[in-house]
Amino acid sequence: MKLVEGRVRIPSGCAISGIISRDRRKFTGERIVESMKVMRERSNGLGGGFAAYGIYPKYKDSYALHIFYNDSNAKRECEAFLNEHFEIDEASELPTRKIPEITDEPLIWRYFALPRPSRLAASQLDEREYTARCVFAINARIDGAYVFSSGKNMGVFKAVGYPEDVGRFYMLDEYEGYMFIGHGRYPTNTPGWWGGAHPFSLLDFAVVHNGEISSYDANRRFIEMFGYRCALMTDTEVITYILDYLIRHVGLTLEESASVIAAPFWSSIAKKPPEERERLTYLRTMFPSLLVTGPFSIIFCFEGGMMALNDRLKLRSMVTAEKGDMVYVASEECAIRAVEPDAENLRYPSGGEPVIVTLNGGKDNA
Amino acid sequence: MVINAYGLDFKELNAKIRAVGSDCVVEGCIGQRYIGEGLDGVTLKLYGTPGNTLGGYLNGATIEVFGNAQDEVGDTMNAGRIIVHGNIGDAAGYAMRGGVICVRGNAGYRTGIHMKEYKDKRPVIIIGGYTGSFLGEYQAGGVIIVLGLGGPSPYTGNIVGEFPCTGMHGGKLFLRGRAEGVDFPAQVNVRLAGEEDRAELAGHLEIFAYSFGYPLGWLLDSDYTVVTPNTKRPYKQLYVQN
Repeated sequence: MKLVEGRVRIPSGCAISGIISRDRRKFTGERIVESMKVMRERSNGLGGGFAAYGIYPKYKDSYALHIFYNDSNAKRECEAFLNEHFEIDEASELPTRKIPEITDEPLIWRYFALPRPSRLAASQLDEREYTARCVFAINARIDGAYVFSSGKNMGVFKAVGYPEDVGRFYMLDEYEGYMFIGHGRYPTNTPGWWGGAHPFSLLDFAVVHNGEISSYDANRRFIEMFGYRCALMTDTEVITYILDYLIRHVGLTLEESASVIAAPFWSSIAKKPPEERERLTYLRTMFPSLLVTGPFSIIFCFEGGMMALNDRLKLRSMVTAEKGDMVYVASEECAIRAVEPDAENLRYPSGGEPVIVTLNGGKDNA
Repeated sequence: MVINAYGLDFKELNAKIRAVGSDCVVEGCIGQRYIGEGLDGVTLKLYGTPGNTLGGYLNGATIEVFGNAQDEVGDTMNAGRIIVHGNIGDAAGYAMRGGVICVRGNAGYRTGIHMKEYKDKRPVIIIGGYTGSFLGEYQAGGVIIVLGLGGPSPYTGNIVGEFPCTGMHGGKLFLRGRAEGVDFPAQVNVRLAGEEDRAELAGHLEIFAYSFGYPLGWLLDSDYTVVTPNTKRPYKQLYVQN
């Protein structure tokens, strides 16, 4: 039997990097690829990927759907669904460069789409929830079709391979954006598959993750009560949905969400000042099933910025630095020095301490 | 001999260092792992950002880093010296059993985790700044010294992070100052350094004073707190009924 993500779990390291211009100045995807390249030893060639923000200014108001198809039947079925639910401005193959390092690619298509007004009105949902539900419907029901990117003016690019090869394959040097994140995969629980590469993304949210969470099933059982479908058995997918739930549905701030998933120990909470103690106690009590245990370091991106977070025990490494309006986050300092030798304000965030970077003049929250 | 590390992967770089076979300067380090692994008898001076597991299994060589080092500095090292003029990442001196790691700046989480000693092998880690949490986790031997010369950690207000000495069952920890506000586990003894402790400390600090230009007398002109494991079977009945 062919090893397929979602059906096999193999008992499980990774590299992450993020670059953002707080002034929304654009730069090409080459930088994030260069940053990932020096952390090659953290990956094993079974997955690499990137998320890029601000890359589709021409279609900035449309959802950019990036979809993998196993075959033309899946594509036909999926496009029928898309045409029923969306008005599609443009449909094309996602541009790729054929290179020997990346093989066995599925069909990779991109659609710029907006919900059909009549369907949207009939659904009584807001536009984002409508789109998210359509993404879940495709991923759960259409065999051989997988939507791996569904945000506006942003896109995810991922594949089986080393990150620098994946970057070349998707021609990231030709995209200009104000924020990029990258991931090099060392899959441990599942066989590497294109859909299982990081980032995981829903709407404009994207997550890259290094780690191995031990609370996967507890988290999954809780989050599936709210309509999320964890199709891939990978812990990063569940982290993406937890953050989407806490931020988009419950309305928590990024900091509050961080205090839920990387909640401090009760012994640490007991030592906090009264107001802080009350806040942390409330969050731990309200969302006990969303505590994420085991090692992780993540970068969570949204249209207006990013949040970097380690597990509370800090079982994975993370470094942050700045230079002018640029902020860098990476698993290793070398990944920052590779693209900004003069980076300043180098910091090593503590376990459970969110580092939140938002665009100048933008919203403070996701 | 000067080696330019730029564009070399860790295997190529280590092969070049070994081929030189004598003291050398390595410029342009950018994340190459395992630099100087198992090396004996030479001195390496490194510029740039060396990668993880710098000096792993080091067996007598001296490595001096004019910048920051990353995670797992001196992993399982047996003998030699690693001197870092900047900061270091997490898990420095992991399972180290000999030699000295001497750092001018701060250290990350789990410094000295599983450090041990055997007969004449007694490893030493000296951190000039502050450390992250879980300092000396499961320490079984050797000496860890934290000086906090740049002031306390902004995260905890102390020169060590949370949960220092968790699982400690051997060795010794020195903290410059009185360690007020630091919560130690019940399984360790905490006291002010006495004459004998201070004499031992003076011996350990020589390399730090020399490497970074501090007067030894000034370093010693302070109270020091000493932490050792409680020798009365501190973990009795923690895991099994015995």
